[in-house]
Amino acid sequence: MTSKVFKDAKAALFDMKDGASVMSGGFGLCGIPENSILEIRRLGLKNLHAISNNIGNSGRGLAWLLKGKQISQATCSYVGGNPDLEEQMLANEVEVTLVPQGTFSERIRAAGMGIRGFYTPAGSGTEIAEGKESRTFDMPCLLELPLTADFAIIKAQKGDAYGNLWFQETARNFSPLMAMAAKVTIVEVEELVELGAILPENVHLPGVFVQRIYQGADYENTIEIPIFEDQD
Amino acid sequence: MGESGVSVSKNHWSKNEMVDQVIEMLSDGSSLNLGIGIPTLVAQRIPPEKGIWIHSENGVLGVAGRPTPQTVSATLINAGKETISVKKGASYFDSSMSFGMIRGGHIDVCVLGGMQVDAEGSLANWMIPGKKVTGMGGAMDLVHGAKLVIVMLTHFSKRGELKLLHRCTLPLTGKGVVHKIVTDLGVFTPTGESFQVEKLAPGVTEEQLRMPDGLLSSAK
Repeated sequence: MTSKVFKDAKAALFDMKDGASVMSGGFGLCGIPENSILEIRRLGLKNLHAISNNIGNSGRGLAWLLKGKQISQATCSYVGGNPDLEEQMLANEVEVTLVPQGTFSERIRAAGMGIRGFYTPAGSGTEIAEGKESRTFDMPCLLELPLTADFAIIKAQKGDAYGNLWFQETARNFSPLMAMAAKVTIVEVEELVELGAILPENVHLPGVFVQRIYQGADYENTIEIPIFEDQD
Repeated sequence: MGESGVSVSKNHWSKNEMVDQVIEMLSDGSSLNLGIGIPTLVAQRIPPEKGIWIHSENGVLGVAGRPTPQTVSATLINAGKETISVKKGASYFDSSMSFGMIRGGHIDVCVLGGMQVDAEGSLANWMIPGKKVTGMGGAMDLVHGAKLVIVMLTHFSKRGELKLLHRCTLPLTGKGVVHKIVTDLGVFTPTGESFQVEKLAPGVTEEQLRMPDGLLSSAK
């Protein structure tokens, strides 16, 4: 029986190649798979299709791959606060597809859940409706299709050898969905725990969706906009 | 106050007063999503005794005030990527559930900022052609599903252009989605062909709204 547990990012990303499509968890810099991103940077893989809510933020996260000119396509919902992407968009170096965040989430979930298509009102009556099938139920809706990828790189706070995952606070966001959708899911955790340490009713993402897991290291856990009491 | 438009009248609501107009529309115990920009000020002014449950699209319900340097967590942020704390009874969930709460009609009120809003209740708040495109983020989802969609915006742009139009000229976020509009000059309801005036800021007259003929219908 092959273990899902790998030594580190280098071991876990052994078969990622140029041109791969990679989903990356995180909202801004919250919950991003820092070690896997840095390994992709180190490998110098090129021509990647990055699928992530924001393709990096404040010069970190996936922006490290933008700095390395490694991303040629990006599917995302919001790119404000990302000067690296803005520059490459203007220079036509990255082809960016913007998807409403709820639709983005649900397309990824649909891929994981085997749903072949769904209707949503988001974007109906706007320019993103162009070229899409639509149908009116109680209101006009657009047909949206599953969004999948060769790999998902995600981070969880805790995970066990089967790949059961527990996420901390708002670092969960897209990661459980991406874990379900991608062909190969690679998780880095702050705490690799024993089987049973995460109680069954507390498992946020069952291990059946996970192919590879490793203990991460040296997390920056950057806080983008720290605001404290009495500072507003 | 970088967004304040050129008001013909020196009588206008401050941002805090606009926020107070929105707070008046919230029932005790209701759930509320706040967009980035002006709407985030709402969170700071809601009296705790109203028992409002604040939802943030990145996967939290029960947002409370700011943390201290001792309690701050890198994994606890809002949709604007700012640090937050949560109140007792808060919950965390993934992005699909988060947007399902909105789209499925479970969140009572959504408050968004806007560049333009029109008499049909359409909203434009995500893109200016020719300018830097930041993307729509959650906005196109947030306008569908909430029982009450409120837009907060200054009545005029910095260049003095009216932001309440017969029909939006900028790319739409959603068509016919807005229920109430709060500007620094008044509160309005879109009726299809006009804006009904619900309330004007003290000292403001209808003339000062500079609306074209037929675009305004007066309060009963």
